[in-house]
Amino acid sequence: MDQINQKCPAPYWNPLIAGIALGIVLLSTFALTGHGLGATGFTTRLTAWFGMYLLPVATNANDYLGGMVEEGRPLDAWISWQVVGVALGALISALIAGRIAVKLDGKKFLGGSKRPLTALFGGLLAGFGARIAAGCTSGLGLSGAAVLSLAGFTFLGAFFAVGLLASRFMKEEK
Amino acid sequence: MGTILSGLLLGGAFGFVLERAGFGNPNKLTGQFRLTDWSVFKVMFTAIVFAAVGLLILEKIGYVESGSLFVPPSFLGAAALGGAFVGAGFAIGGYCPGTSVVGLMSGRIDAGIFLIGLLLGTIIFAGIYPSIESLTTLGEIANAESLPELLSVSSLFIDIAMVIAAVGVFALGSWMEKKSRGPVTSQEI
Repeated sequence: MDQINQKCPAPYWNPLIAGIALGIVLLSTFALTGHGLGATGFTTRLTAWFGMYLLPVATNANDYLGGMVEEGRPLDAWISWQVVGVALGALISALIAGRIAVKLDGKKFLGGSKRPLTALFGGLLAGFGARIAAGCTSGLGLSGAAVLSLAGFTFLGAFFAVGLLASRFMKEEK
Repeated sequence: MGTILSGLLLGGAFGFVLERAGFGNPNKLTGQFRLTDWSVFKVMFTAIVFAAVGLLILEKIGYVESGSLFVPPSFLGAAALGGAFVGAGFAIGGYCPGTSVVGLMSGRIDAGIFLIGLLLGTIIFAGIYPSIESLTTLGEIANAESLPELLSVSSLFIDIAMVIAAVGVFALGSWMEKKSRGPVTSQEI
C-alpha cells in the first residue's frame, strides 16, 4: 500500500481553489500585520548573517548589509519566521500528499545535464534582481499588486515579459 | 499576536498552499512561460483579486484603516529592472525565491542550488552596491503610489477591472492548455 502511495502522489489543487486559498492567506497577512508576504527579505538577512561570521569586517563596512548586522541579530525579524513557516508548511503539505522525492528536478526543460548550473545562475539573477526592486515575486509582485501599487504591477509586467522571452532560449530535452 | 507566532502561522499557510498548488515543481512553474500550464497566472491573479477586494471590504467596514497598509514606493524603473532579472532567473532557474524554499522542502536538490544562487546574487549586489545604488530608486513617480491614485479612479473600479481580467486569464489559459500538452501533474517524473 505504501509503495502504491509513493508511486502515486496526490494531485495538485485546482488553480482556482489554490488561488482563493492563497488570497485568504494574503488578506489575513495584511489584516494582521499591515504588510504582505515575502521571501527575499529573509535571504538578504541570511546573507548578512553568514557575512557576520565569515567576513565580519567587510560585512560591517558594507553599505548594504552593514545596517543589518549593527545590532548583531540580522535574522531577528518577522520575515525570518514567515520563511521558516513557509518551509514547515510546504514540508507538511508534501508529506501528506506523498510528494517528497529527493532528486535533481527540472532537467527536461532547464538545461539537461547542465541543470545544476541553470539552477545556480537562475538563483543568482533572481537574488540580484530582487535587491534592485527591493522585493521578489511574493513581496513586490503578489503583495504589491494586492494593494494596487504601481511598483507591484510594474514588477509583474516586467517579470512575465522577460520570463516569457528568456524561456524561449531554454531548449527542451527530447 | 506575537511576531514569532504570526510569522510561523501565516508563513506556514503560505508554504502549504504553494505546495498544494504544485509550486514546488520547477516543471510546473516554468510551464507558464512555455504557455502550456497556466497555473501560475491563474493562482496569482485569483489571490491578488481576492486580497484586493477583501481589503476594500475590510476598509469599508472599518476593520482595516485605509492608509495603514504598506504600499511599496513608486520606483518604477527599479521595479521593472528587478522584475526583469527575477523573471529571467525564474525562466532559467525554474523557481522564484519563495517557491525555491517549497521545492527544497519536497526534496528537490536543484531548489537548494537555486537558493545558494540567491545568496550569491545578494552578495554580488551588496558588493557593488555603492556603484549601483542609483538603480534602486530609478524611475520614481512622485505623485502616485497606486493605480487608483495615478488614474484618479476609485479602488472599486480597478478591482472590477481586475476581476474581468482574471476571468479572461482563466479563459485564455484553459484554451491554450487544451491546445498544448496541458498542465503538469504531480504524477509526472
